[in-house]
Amino acid sequence: MNIVVCVKQVPDSWAEKKLNPSDSTLDRDSVDAVMNELDEYAVEEALVLQEAHGGEVTILTMGPEKAGETIRKALSMGADKGVHVVDAGLHGSDAVATSAVLAKALGTLEWDLVIFGIESTDARMSVVPAMVAERLGSPQLSFATKVDVADSTVTIQRQTEYGFDTVEAKTPAVVSVVEKINEPRYPSFKGIMAAKKKPVTTLTLADLGLGADEVGLAGSWSAVDEFAARPPRQAGSVVKDEGDGGVKIAEYLAGQKFI
Amino acid sequence: MVEVRVVDMRLSEEYEALRKTVAEFAHDVVAPVIGELYERGEFPADVVRQMGRLGLFGLPFPEEYGGMGGDYFALCLALEELARVDSSVAITLEAGVSLGAMPIYRFGTEEQRREWLPRLAAGEVLGAFGLTEPGGGTDAGATRTTAVLDGDTWVINGSKAFITNSGTEFTGFVTVTAVTGQRPDGGKEISSILVPAGTPGFSVAPGYSKVGWRCSDTHELSFTDVRVPAANLVGERGRGYAQFLQILDEGRIAIAALSTGLAQGCVDESVRYANTREAFGRPIGRNQAVAFMVADMEVRASTSRLAYYDAASRMLRGEPFKRQAAVAKLVASEAAMDNARAATQVHGGYGFTNDYAVGRFYRDAKILEIGEGTSEVQRMLIARELGL
Ligand SMILES: Cc1cc2nc3c(=O)[nH]c(=O)nc-3n(C[C@H](O)[C@H](O)[C@H](O)COP(=O)(O)OP(=O)(O)OC[C@H]3O[C@@H](n4cnc5c(N)ncnc54)[C@H](O)[C@@H]3O)c2cc1C
Repeated sequence: MNIVVCVKQVPDSWAEKKLNPSDSTLDRDSVDAVMNELDEYAVEEALVLQEAHGGEVTILTMGPEKAGETIRKALSMGADKGVHVVDAGLHGSDAVATSAVLAKALGTLEWDLVIFGIESTDARMSVVPAMVAERLGSPQLSFATKVDVADSTVTIQRQTEYGFDTVEAKTPAVVSVVEKINEPRYPSFKGIMAAKKKPVTTLTLADLGLGADEVGLAGSWSAVDEFAARPPRQAGSVVKDEGDGGVKIAEYLAGQKFI
Repeated sequence: MVEVRVVDMRLSEEYEALRKTVAEFAHDVVAPVIGELYERGEFPADVVRQMGRLGLFGLPFPEEYGGMGGDYFALCLALEELARVDSSVAITLEAGVSLGAMPIYRFGTEEQRREWLPRLAAGEVLGAFGLTEPGGGTDAGATRTTAVLDGDTWVINGSKAFITNSGTEFTGFVTVTAVTGQRPDGGKEISSILVPAGTPGFSVAPGYSKVGWRCSDTHELSFTDVRVPAANLVGERGRGYAQFLQILDEGRIAIAALSTGLAQGCVDESVRYANTREAFGRPIGRNQAVAFMVADMEVRASTSRLAYYDAASRMLRGEPFKRQAAVAKLVASEAAMDNARAATQVHGGYGFTNDYAVGRFYRDAKILEIGEGTSEVQRMLIARELGL
């Protein structure tokens, strides 16, 4: 069974992030870049499935030159090869544009499953997996807490507000996984050394047959009009209990529409 | 054209990836649990298990023995990053690899290597190294423990003091140095012998109540008519003294790396604290007295790093490194001690509590000037190397 995992390089989630004043995109140079943490679960799940079913795990990323580091990290965890879509024209792509690129790139690969993390920690939209599945005409199994594959059927468990869903589809299919699904491994030094020798192919927009107007800032459906710094945090209000503490807390919560 | 060789202290991509991975591991796995374990003086068994799975115990060993195919410098980088967060965990790795497994790898027979190294490299089994005795550590030649060959069995009697990793649930053996006879010149013939845990007559005293390294496992050991096969001799008979001198030379680079980590951890914690703690209406770090203390800490941490990088690179190139290893160990352990004192000062009263890492660093720093050769021993070695 062949699996493609889509991963994204994001600014370190703990770092203070800035936007570029010129085009309102994220300033990626000012902070450390890491693999989107939620994608680590997707890589781990692919490796676990590969251990059980064999086949190859390919890492697909779209991003600047530097995003190649994220492919290397996934390869050092144990994935077999990488595909990196890199092109100056991609700068500023929103979710719709990104999904167009990933769907095209997936079209050049052979796979039974595509696995995504549920969202990227920088954009937090959770829509790319669905958009990619739609473009590919593949079934989409989202928010999986467990993935099983038997013959050509993939079955996932999903926890919702209302209970537990079991959803299944025929492969090829697109799956997105949540944090609860597993515990991602750390790359070992052996893995790090081995990753150096694993193949990574790069693809440009021209290779994918995409025009500059379909991607990047030009091809995006959403745009940032303006932005402002987050206001400084307000000091909390302290309720002194003079026998009526409970009432005051209830009043506060009611005022905030919590109760 | 003249070829100019410049010193390049940048890490290769692989070393850097390893450093980052261990830093992440220390931050995610060690930091959240270590404070509580330290309070209770508990061996971090679960963390050690995870370090094993990550392959840290196999870093310098070839893949054919279950290792990671790295080198001693890779081990040093891992030690630095672990010690930046906690020293007990780091010393468990250092002693496990450089004192426990290394003598088997360097001096053991092929059978001993095949038997022990794969499990040592996986972190499933810890080996310990028993050199120091209750009667003396620095004067290691004064060893009193004896081993007498009775047919094809060694019979060992004596005791050892302060042996790291000798009483954990992972402990597989202790390699002890013992007097096995007399040299032609009348001196003691010292050899190393592997004693498996649980051998009758080999007993492990309860752990010491230590000032620092409270999660590291340290015991006094006693041997009463302990019988092990003659084949448990590690290396050549009579070469025990020379062997442990070699092991200790390398070990000093590892302790220097660990000390650098502690010194750097003091910088990390102090920068964070000095930027957030306010007094007289502004962060304390805005006072030059505080800022300079932190600047001096940074100077000591980076000097220590350069010193151990230098010693390690000489060692990996196969050049003599005795003097550089002693310099690195001395500089880095003193840096750790000085930084711990200054970092605690920066933290004020909170630095004296167990709620902040620097309190732990303060307690952990002192042993670095004592273990694997005291600072006096390093100065003696350096002076001797200089022909004094
Ligand atoms: C937590 C911990 C873990 C340890 N782990 C191990 C282990 O795993 N294996 C092991 O074998 N040992 C281990 N040790 C022992 C350690 O290596 C010794 O404590 C150290 O070598 C010093 O020996 P000593 O304690 O006997 O001090 P001594 O040798 O009695 O020294 C006391 C003081 O005298 C000084 N001194 C001695 N001789 C001279 C001289 N000729 N010139 C100038 N000054 C001198 C010393 O520098 C020191 O300041 C450990 C110790 C501790 C505390």
